[in-house]
Amino acid sequence: MRRKRRPRSLAARLAWLIVMGLSALFFCVPVVWLLLAPTKTDGQIVRDNPFSFGSLGAVADAWHHLYAFQDGAILTWLLNSALYTFGALAVTLVTSIPAGYALALTQFIGRRLLLTITMLVMLMPTAAMVLPLYLGMNAVHLDGTIWSVILPFSFFPFGVYLTYIYFSSNVPSDLLAAARIDGCSEWQVFRLIAMPLAKPVIALVGFFNFVGNWNNFFLPFVMLPDSSQYPAQVGLNNLLAASPLFNTAGGAGNQILRPELALATLVTIVPVLIVFLFSQRALVSGMLAGATKE
Amino acid sequence: MTTHLATERSGRRRGRSARNPAGRAGYVFVSGYVLLLLAFGVLPTCYAVWLALSNSRNQLVGLGNFTRTFADYRFGPAFLHIGLYLVVWLASLMILVVLLSLMLHGRMRRASTTLRFLFYLPGALAGVASVLLFLILLDPAASPVGWLLKGFGWNTLAQVNAPGHLPVLFTVIAFWTGAGGWIVVMYGALNSIPDEILEAARIDGASTLQVALRIQIPMITKWIAYMLILAFAAGTQLFVEPQLVSLASWGMIPDSWSPNQLSYQYAFQAGDFNGAAALSVDLLILGLACAALVVFRTGMFDRD
Repeated sequence: MRRKRRPRSLAARLAWLIVMGLSALFFCVPVVWLLLAPTKTDGQIVRDNPFSFGSLGAVADAWHHLYAFQDGAILTWLLNSALYTFGALAVTLVTSIPAGYALALTQFIGRRLLLTITMLVMLMPTAAMVLPLYLGMNAVHLDGTIWSVILPFSFFPFGVYLTYIYFSSNVPSDLLAAARIDGCSEWQVFRLIAMPLAKPVIALVGFFNFVGNWNNFFLPFVMLPDSSQYPAQVGLNNLLAASPLFNTAGGAGNQILRPELALATLVTIVPVLIVFLFSQRALVSGMLAGATKE
Repeated sequence: MTTHLATERSGRRRGRSARNPAGRAGYVFVSGYVLLLLAFGVLPTCYAVWLALSNSRNQLVGLGNFTRTFADYRFGPAFLHIGLYLVVWLASLMILVVLLSLMLHGRMRRASTTLRFLFYLPGALAGVASVLLFLILLDPAASPVGWLLKGFGWNTLAQVNAPGHLPVLFTVIAFWTGAGGWIVVMYGALNSIPDEILEAARIDGASTLQVALRIQIPMITKWIAYMLILAFAAGTQLFVEPQLVSLASWGMIPDSWSPNQLSYQYAFQAGDFNGAAALSVDLLILGLACAALVVFRTGMFDRD
């Protein structure tokens, strides 16, 4: 509508197309390349057109080489990632949804203090906490166990904040008051009134926690001593260190070259990619809900 | 569980008679989270502060660990590296994200939605995956943009990964994975500007550029500030990128390139937990300062 009143000049359209085209190339070329790389042999990746398709047989070969690395370590890593991620997700949801609800819709002493601490902690980058967490875990002899990864992942102040924002802007406290007058206990109010209304925010907290946990490298890297305990992200680091491409001495004797590294990368991001594709809508609106509600 | 129910019941009785409903139930609902907050937020922080102020025999040494790590020959370079990276990363993030969001805004709805999604998608490869991908992509031998790299005169991965290039390389990786998310946020912020204001400006004869500079950008300043502060805080914590690049650099890039790496070296190479804690506390203070800046200056949480 607005456009009709003010037609754009050809130069402006052209500039728009060029900038958008270049940006789209920048964001998409690596993804497309990554999808094609496992279909080729390492030699083909170097010699052939970067955007040519090799063969499905090459994918199978790459998988065999990858699987041969430490006797199927890739599957162990993926299973570990799933265990840590979903374990932490469960604890996060059980703790952060009621907490956000209580912060938004009930009164108790210390509520403001808890809210302020939550906001501060939420904005603090987690990487700075990794070594202190390790030292703490070490002091109570929990380092090296799966709890040293699951429990810190479960502490998710951003989830509490999102839930708090959601409940305070979407659920009027009158509604809860009415339920209380009708004889609901606090637990019933939460379970019968608040929870059904909370589905979107549960999905959102779940999404952010899942992606954050799945992609986290530093914490499991520091906490876990043994390759059989690594999640996929730390496993990828191992693969890189063992590739003859980057490490001539340590990489002798295995076939971890570019197609295998690309395939490993793809396999480890598949869960996140699926979650991304399915939750884009909820995600975008939710991201803004967390960000723009005044 | 039984104790929870018991407290809840008594909470209900008290709550009914008291002025505030749900007096004690509130505590029950936040209890799980508070336990985690104490165990994995507050206590490790306190423990780190204690370690930073003491020595291996648990004697208080004041600021000894801080001055000792400060005098380390690796300390200055690590913070300098991070500083350089932050300058490049924050400048490009601010300029490009705002530019792209403005250009996407209000134009060709469907194309814009698709583009925003395409820009956002690499976020799925955050962390190790993106660094690994870029390490392969930046090898002129195998790269689809090998011609471009060779055009710069770089014929091997080692030349591309030269120490002086790292701030720019990390910016490219961080931009590739992170900018899409910020574009989505900025786009949303631009959407919240009422159409009437833009329309009025246009009727008054403002050009697209003037609308952008005089109306749109000033109205989303809060979001730009928010983005900068968060990106600053996250940038100081760089770990996985330099760690992997250093691994693949045949020893050219030190494994204490960033402060977090240096702290890791203290803890796991030297077994010096007190020095490591001091470095972590330095970074925590940086992070906390940023957090406090967001909360108290931008006023974005002034809802309560």
